[in-house]
Amino acid sequence: MGRKLLLEHINEPGINTFAVYRQKGGYRAVEKALKTMSPDDVVEEVKKSGLRGRGGAGFPTGMKWSFLAKPEGVPRYLVCNGDESEPGTFKDRYLMTHIPHALVEGMIVSSYALGANTSYIYVRGEMMPQIRILENAIAEAKAAGFLGNNILGTGYNLEIYVQPGGGAYICGEETALLESLEGKRGNPRIKPPFPAIAGLYGCPTVVNNVESIAATVPIINDGGEEYAKIGIERSTGTKLISASGNINKPGVYEIELGVPVEEFIYSDEYCGGIANGKKLKALVAGGSSVPILPANLITKTATGNPRLMTYESLADGGFQTGSMMGSGGFIVFDEDQCIVRNTWNFARFYHHESCGQCSPCREGTGWMEKVLHKIELGHGSMEDIDLLWDIQRKIEGNTICPLGDAAAWPVAAAIRHFRDEFEWHVLNPQESQTRNYGLAHYADPLEPVVQ
Amino acid sequence: MLSVQENLPVEFSEQLLAKFAEVVSRYPAGKQKSALLPILHLVQAEYGWLSTDAMDKVAAYLQIKPIEVYEVATFYTMYFLKPQGKYALEVCRTGPCCLVGAERIMRHIEQRLGVKEGEVTPDGLFSWRGVECLAACGFGPVLQIGPEYTFYENLTEESVDALIDTLKNKGLGQ
Repeated sequence: MGRKLLLEHINEPGINTFAVYRQKGGYRAVEKALKTMSPDDVVEEVKKSGLRGRGGAGFPTGMKWSFLAKPEGVPRYLVCNGDESEPGTFKDRYLMTHIPHALVEGMIVSSYALGANTSYIYVRGEMMPQIRILENAIAEAKAAGFLGNNILGTGYNLEIYVQPGGGAYICGEETALLESLEGKRGNPRIKPPFPAIAGLYGCPTVVNNVESIAATVPIINDGGEEYAKIGIERSTGTKLISASGNINKPGVYEIELGVPVEEFIYSDEYCGGIANGKKLKALVAGGSSVPILPANLITKTATGNPRLMTYESLADGGFQTGSMMGSGGFIVFDEDQCIVRNTWNFARFYHHESCGQCSPCREGTGWMEKVLHKIELGHGSMEDIDLLWDIQRKIEGNTICPLGDAAAWPVAAAIRHFRDEFEWHVLNPQESQTRNYGLAHYADPLEPVVQ
Repeated sequence: MLSVQENLPVEFSEQLLAKFAEVVSRYPAGKQKSALLPILHLVQAEYGWLSTDAMDKVAAYLQIKPIEVYEVATFYTMYFLKPQGKYALEVCRTGPCCLVGAERIMRHIEQRLGVKEGEVTPDGLFSWRGVECLAACGFGPVLQIGPEYTFYENLTEESVDALIDTLKNKGLGQ
């Protein structure tokens, strides 16, 4: 049984209330930070912890904080990214629903570290119930003296507000989120300047994911070095994994980074194996944007080592034979699933969510959706498969924000690993409308890699 | 371009205006435009959709140009620019939910309500549409109903029928 730092008390009745959360040791990190540490001490602990951004990019949180500009007389802002919209990811919803004070406490600690006196939690608009839960938790914390003016008599002032989004995946990109928070369309900004220099209202701003901010609580309580003892290499601490798809026990699991992928899929502690006694066909390990892997590259890397739930091991082999940790959106496909249909579905998603600002993404995502739909419906040609490859190549790296890459990678990986399933659709237009390609050879052991 | 098929003149109540003022107080002076998204949610919760008149009055309240409201209202998918059913069912149609039967659920809703995606039933009670990932992939298929965005998880044909029956019994009144 792995250690739980964020979800340790998740099954405690009433843990969503201030009273129970506090009784279970909650808000100790606020007391410790504000009363015994300087803001720079807090930043230092987070640096020592090795915590990497839990939203998807995996950038070291402490380093991001250290980039924050601190000009005299200019307010600084902390904005929490709760726009969780990456298909396959639902950990932040879970955290905000069941243990909202973990986020509020993390917000206070993090705001203190950054010298922010007003902080915003941007939550996607569809999560109205979670917005109410957070507003209630903030009011409770304020009534108990953990928010407002002169918190715990330390002279530090902080207000936290919850901002609803309007339903747009792109607002999970930090500069689009800031645009949205300023009351505009969610068009990502050109960087530089980075938000650390000119973010919300042109002021220095840090944008962090919900889980990253919540993770600062155990880091302050136990110290960054203790946190860094969990995990392997540069994958320290615990991570929330959202497990979905064709598994026996979908849900949110807190793992110590380093758990073998095989154990995560098949053990009863986590996913509990593939549902209905089916076989594993494919895995999207970190949300829809990361490359999909066929069964024979999931539990072992191409070099035959066990694949682990770490940033490094999931990426082992690069995009040729590896994937990414991403946001921890772990989507499992059984042998009955059609990779072409799923790729079309994801392509439609990115087309729908493209903000339209950059031509390669605006035009390319729609084009890919159309071509994939054509193949899925049995009207495709072999040239269409090459065309898809060509389009995704022209999107990747050619857009202001990473949505273009996120749209290109799933299509590229599907063709790279499942090309014969696409060809089967082309060659069997009628049969492909009545049955799926199935597992085929995707679980067969790989040829040893020739160096 | 904003194509307007229908308009609805509105007069914001004192109560609603008080809520607007509370939202505006969350931002620094002069940054009241930040209140736009939350205020549009409040307006939609009140009237069920955003008419041009409602958007123009929001613009006047926030001292911004009407176009600044239109461009936001047309960008974000949660805002309705035409009337919906009293119960607007929004079913997640993205990958993970489809792995566990979301397409079947959408076909069932279409048959059961007898209207296509985006249309309103003749009694004004229901409309439905597929929406993109709602961040509840482990509990799919899922649907939500505004303005409270109540969530219904692990849907089956039977649970959808039961939900529709319950809403029918509630009818158009509260």
